[in-house]
Amino acid sequence: MENPPAIVEIRDLSKAYYRGNQVVPVLHDISFDIIEGEFLALMGPSGSGKSTLLNLIAGIDEPDSGTIKVGGVDITALPETELARWRAVHVGFIFQFYNLIPVLTAFENVELPLILTPLTRKERKEHVEMALRVVNLTDRMDHYPGQLSGGQQQRVAIARAIVTDPTILVADEPTGDLDRVSAEEIMDLIDRLNHESGKTIIMVTHDPRAARKAHVIRHLDKGYLNDASPQDTL
Amino acid sequence: MMLLLKILFKNALRHKLRTGLTILSIAIAMLAFGLLRTVIDAWHAGVEASSASRLVTRNSISIIFPLPLSYKDKIRQVDGVSTVSYGNWFGGIYIDEKNFFANFAVEPKTYLDLYPEYVLRPEEQNDFLRDRKSFIAGKKLAAKYGWKIGDVITLKGTIFPGNWEFVLRGIYRGRYSGTDESQFLFHWDYLNEMMKKTAPGRADQVGFYMIGTKNPDISTQVALSIDRAFQNSLAETLTETEKAFQMGFVSMSDAIITVIQLVSFVVIVIILAVVANTMAMTGRERTAEYSTFKALGFGTRHIAGLIFGESLTITMAGCTAGMIATFPAAAAFAKAMGTFFPVFNVDADTLYLDIVFSLIVGLLAAVVPTYRSLKTGIADGLRTVE
Repeated sequence: MENPPAIVEIRDLSKAYYRGNQVVPVLHDISFDIIEGEFLALMGPSGSGKSTLLNLIAGIDEPDSGTIKVGGVDITALPETELARWRAVHVGFIFQFYNLIPVLTAFENVELPLILTPLTRKERKEHVEMALRVVNLTDRMDHYPGQLSGGQQQRVAIARAIVTDPTILVADEPTGDLDRVSAEEIMDLIDRLNHESGKTIIMVTHDPRAARKAHVIRHLDKGYLNDASPQDTL
Repeated sequence: MMLLLKILFKNALRHKLRTGLTILSIAIAMLAFGLLRTVIDAWHAGVEASSASRLVTRNSISIIFPLPLSYKDKIRQVDGVSTVSYGNWFGGIYIDEKNFFANFAVEPKTYLDLYPEYVLRPEEQNDFLRDRKSFIAGKKLAAKYGWKIGDVITLKGTIFPGNWEFVLRGIYRGRYSGTDESQFLFHWDYLNEMMKKTAPGRADQVGFYMIGTKNPDISTQVALSIDRAFQNSLAETLTETEKAFQMGFVSMSDAIITVIQLVSFVVIVIILAVVANTMAMTGRERTAEYSTFKALGFGTRHIAGLIFGESLTITMAGCTAGMIATFPAAAAFAKAMGTFFPVFNVDADTLYLDIVFSLIVGLLAAVVPTYRSLKTGIADGLRTVE
């Protein structure tokens, strides 16, 4: 049987941070693939480099060495302007603290990534309404982030992440700022996006309950990648 | 783009108190700048209102030394001269020394010919020319003291002692916005007759000649010819254009004007610091937001547009408020100063400078926060907690 195609190919990825003259290595020669439609959880203790790895895959940070190909495109070779365009089309972001724009309504926050596309206003409206329907928040579309609960804000953020129909969804501790009930709702939603829409999802989490939804869990420790664990090892 | 504009305007109003105080500071600074520029303009109003075809001849030693009346005919014969008038600074006081205004004894017919910008009703002009004890006053001066046609006004002479009574026969208005409407002009003959009676040695002497030339282009040549005509005489002359003559008075206050100019620019620098501080705080607070924009694919021009747009929105709001406030403030200032500044108008150039400096302040204040936002890595920016 033929292996499913890899949507993300990571090869020999290394990254260090610099504090004055001090070099702090974060990732060491990381290599692995993420196949299309996979739901991957990156786990590990604080400072293990999992968020850095996620940022590199999402194209919002630069590696010191190595390559990352997403959909066949080597994003480490793209100049910043093209990388920004690439992110707009191929990456949907879900952040721990939602990162919604407080002066915009839920509808406008979801619409935000679409203003970089050639869609008409009417088309944008249709896309936004559809995304808000997916996260079951059409009744709150005129609310500002400050008028929504944490769980509702994260659902708006998820709608914003999926509205452009990106190649990959990256989620950095998506339940980290939520109570248990809201966290379960958000994880169910993310799981549904993976199962029903076939979205490739890469998620960083500390929460074993959240990680349980993933197909594959990869552990990072001090910048080194351990072997992938199957779901039932949790 | 509408969404980005909405973000820009809403961002500007996010911290209402801070934005309000910044706008107020800019408005006050622009008001101060506008008033200071208007004071400088007022100082130069005499120079601006002077005509290129009018010359002033005075004693070459100093303006305080007189010239003989007999020079009049000789000046008239100089090539290029069309009109010759003459007069004296009278320096009279109306009731109290604080009531300062310019008062001149002039040869009325020729003087009014030389100053067509002093507009009188024909009947008032005729009455003035007929009555040797009469005077005319500018509209602003008459309004200030509530003078009406026919009123008898007494000036206390300082250079020419005694109490001098005059009858108001006309109130002129200025043809142009820069025309001085605070002058008090009376018959030189009246002064001279009194001098003949009380101080014969001072009779038939004039303080200055005001000369009209046939063509402004030959003014310099005519001035040289006049001065040559009186070379080696008992009272040598110095002839210059009215503009140069007025400039001579203004240059006496050069140091004050320079200080005022300096202060007006210091105001701009101070306001630049205020707006830059506001924008720096704003930029720092929104680091995570701008990083979110960048993560979503928004580029340099979008981020720069948001920060520069917000900065310009705040500065232009302050500028507009300041410009609007300048007009009533200038009117109140002019009223308080009385006739000290005969012309005190907010010039269009002052408003243009307000706009230009506000734009410069708005742009400069946004440079550092924009640079910082663009330099901050997305991942680092996203980690920033407001």
